[in-house]
Amino acid sequence: MRELLYRHAIREAFDEELTRDENVVIMGEEVAQYNGAYKVTEGLWDKWGDKRIVDTPISEAGFIGMGIGASMLGIRPVMELMFWSFHSVAFDQLVNNAANVRYMSGGKCNCPIVVRGPANGGTNVGATHSHTPEGLFAAFPGLKVVSPATPADAKGLMKSAIRDNDPVYVMENTLLYGMSGPVPDPAEGDFTIPLGVADIKREGTDVTLVSHGRSTLHAIDAAEILQSQHGISAEIVDLRSIRPLDQDAIINSVKKTNRAVMVDESKPFCGVSAQIITLIQEHAFDYLDAPIRRVTTLDAPAIYAPAIENEQLPTVAKIVEKVLSITPAKA
Amino acid sequence: MNMTPTSPDYSGYDINKSLTPEDKIEIYRTLTRMRRFEQGTQKPYSQGKMGGFLHLYIGQESVAAGTISLCGENDHVITAYRCHAHALACGMTMNECMAELFGKYSGSSKGKGGSMHLFAPDKNFWGGHGIVGGQTPLGLGLGYGLKYKGLKGCCLCYLGDGAINQGAFHESLNIAELHDIPVIFIIENNGYSMGTSQKRSSAYKDCLAQRADAYDMAWDVVNGEDIYEVRAKTQKAIDRAHNESKPTVLEITTYRYFGHSVADANHKKYRTPEEIAQYKKLHDPVNLWKTRMIEEGILTEESAKEIDTQAKQEVAQSVAFADAAEAPPLSSIFDDVYWEVDNNTEAGNTGRHFFND
Repeated sequence: MRELLYRHAIREAFDEELTRDENVVIMGEEVAQYNGAYKVTEGLWDKWGDKRIVDTPISEAGFIGMGIGASMLGIRPVMELMFWSFHSVAFDQLVNNAANVRYMSGGKCNCPIVVRGPANGGTNVGATHSHTPEGLFAAFPGLKVVSPATPADAKGLMKSAIRDNDPVYVMENTLLYGMSGPVPDPAEGDFTIPLGVADIKREGTDVTLVSHGRSTLHAIDAAEILQSQHGISAEIVDLRSIRPLDQDAIINSVKKTNRAVMVDESKPFCGVSAQIITLIQEHAFDYLDAPIRRVTTLDAPAIYAPAIENEQLPTVAKIVEKVLSITPAKA
Repeated sequence: MNMTPTSPDYSGYDINKSLTPEDKIEIYRTLTRMRRFEQGTQKPYSQGKMGGFLHLYIGQESVAAGTISLCGENDHVITAYRCHAHALACGMTMNECMAELFGKYSGSSKGKGGSMHLFAPDKNFWGGHGIVGGQTPLGLGLGYGLKYKGLKGCCLCYLGDGAINQGAFHESLNIAELHDIPVIFIIENNGYSMGTSQKRSSAYKDCLAQRADAYDMAWDVVNGEDIYEVRAKTQKAIDRAHNESKPTVLEITTYRYFGHSVADANHKKYRTPEEIAQYKKLHDPVNLWKTRMIEEGILTEESAKEIDTQAKQEVAQSVAFADAAEAPPLSSIFDDVYWEVDNNTEAGNTGRHFFND
């Protein structure tokens, strides 16, 4: 299969959806003439022009609110937050308007928007630019949140997000934009990945690693080490979609392996991992042979110091260590 | 009461000369229905039949009635939480509005919105929004959507004088002018940002609308008690939106008789009883229009009385309707959260959407 960079896979999703639906419009800061702060939208303005690819001022509450209002009339805005960290200046629009307008109108208003951008640590940009708010937004009924780990998942989920008739917040990752992976050729047909379906990135029998986004790549590396050095077979459940959530995939895996470690770049307090653990104890308590463990970002604002920032985040070594703390080695 | 025409006399403007006697009577009917509807909420509210807040518009009716009387097929309306009058002017029925205030399943939002959140997209009315200034980017977006679709229309986006200090409003102004969006921001200036007077809440030189100057945007100040002036100046802004795709800020001066909400215990402390009495006596928009219509020979005391009586009856019937209506079933809590779930689509049936134990 051909290989694409993560950023190009997303761009291909945009291009296909811009072609498919005349109401799709890409908007955000520097998305058009500048070609995107992270080059995700590179070339789209040249191809599609001012109407479909819209540069906005640095004015997140203004342009995201504008997109929400336009979506009520049937436009389908795909809005880029240069960093998801900037959600805080648009929070009223993202939460009170996007998440609630359908509910408060008794179903009379729809809000088919996508808000997307990178949400990750690990790039030495400090606490204000390193938020991982997938758990935060998944906590608001009315919103949907996805976090793809691979180029193929990024493309497939983005296309589904654009077609979805509810607000979908796509959390990407600046450290993944430059990574390549196999993505089906458009000539082979329309490629989408439904929201709410997890992907078993690796099958295993001894322990379940539940992850999403870049943490999935760490989990894959850790699983290799666990297998080769400790004889432990780890299964990786890549959530891909936080809400809606593929609960069955998680529970079925835990029932098979009887052990679980969460790998989650968000913070531990009420993070995604906390919700998943609650579901496991509720639905698979009797299947557990050990306490559930988790590897999250250390519970402090994101530190700048390049020498140690990566140690604040989930690492392969920490995942291996946590798994070994609850799983007997076989080697 | 004697009518004091504002100068100049805006009745001679084309948009007002085009009004038929029936149109003018209809405006009076709208004003009366707004006034009587809100008066009719008082008793059930005090009886505890409604919950939460109740922000009354009484005293301001000429603003919504005058501006919305100009709306055509592609003109849209969005406002904040003081929304009952705009809803009625857009064509919502008293029954669906009153039932929503009562929190009933037959209410316009099935009891999910309440007083602050009335909606009728089929009548170009997009709410009814609870956060001060939070609706202004949405109004901008409605204008953007109309332009995107190539429709000759505009959005009338209402906000209070207290909302002009919200960042979202300024962001909306900037984008509206920058992208030539057909939106008209209508500041309904009733003088008070909840309990804080204009002078204590806003920094300004001559007036609030003047802030549009900073964005090189057209603006005007309107005497809200004169419906002819409201219509004349709003039509100019609508023409600008329709023909040039340009935004406008209008500041329409008005006054509310009641507190910020019915729960505003201090509303006679931050202003004097004399101030309220003076406005009621000399500037009441319903009485002024009635007097003007009688002077023009379009209404008589008797015909005006008949319209008023009909409005009161309609309100009484809506209260009875709302009182008798059913509360929403508990299961409806999970309706209208996700479109895909409500419509039983494949997406709506994939993955877990709700997380109740």
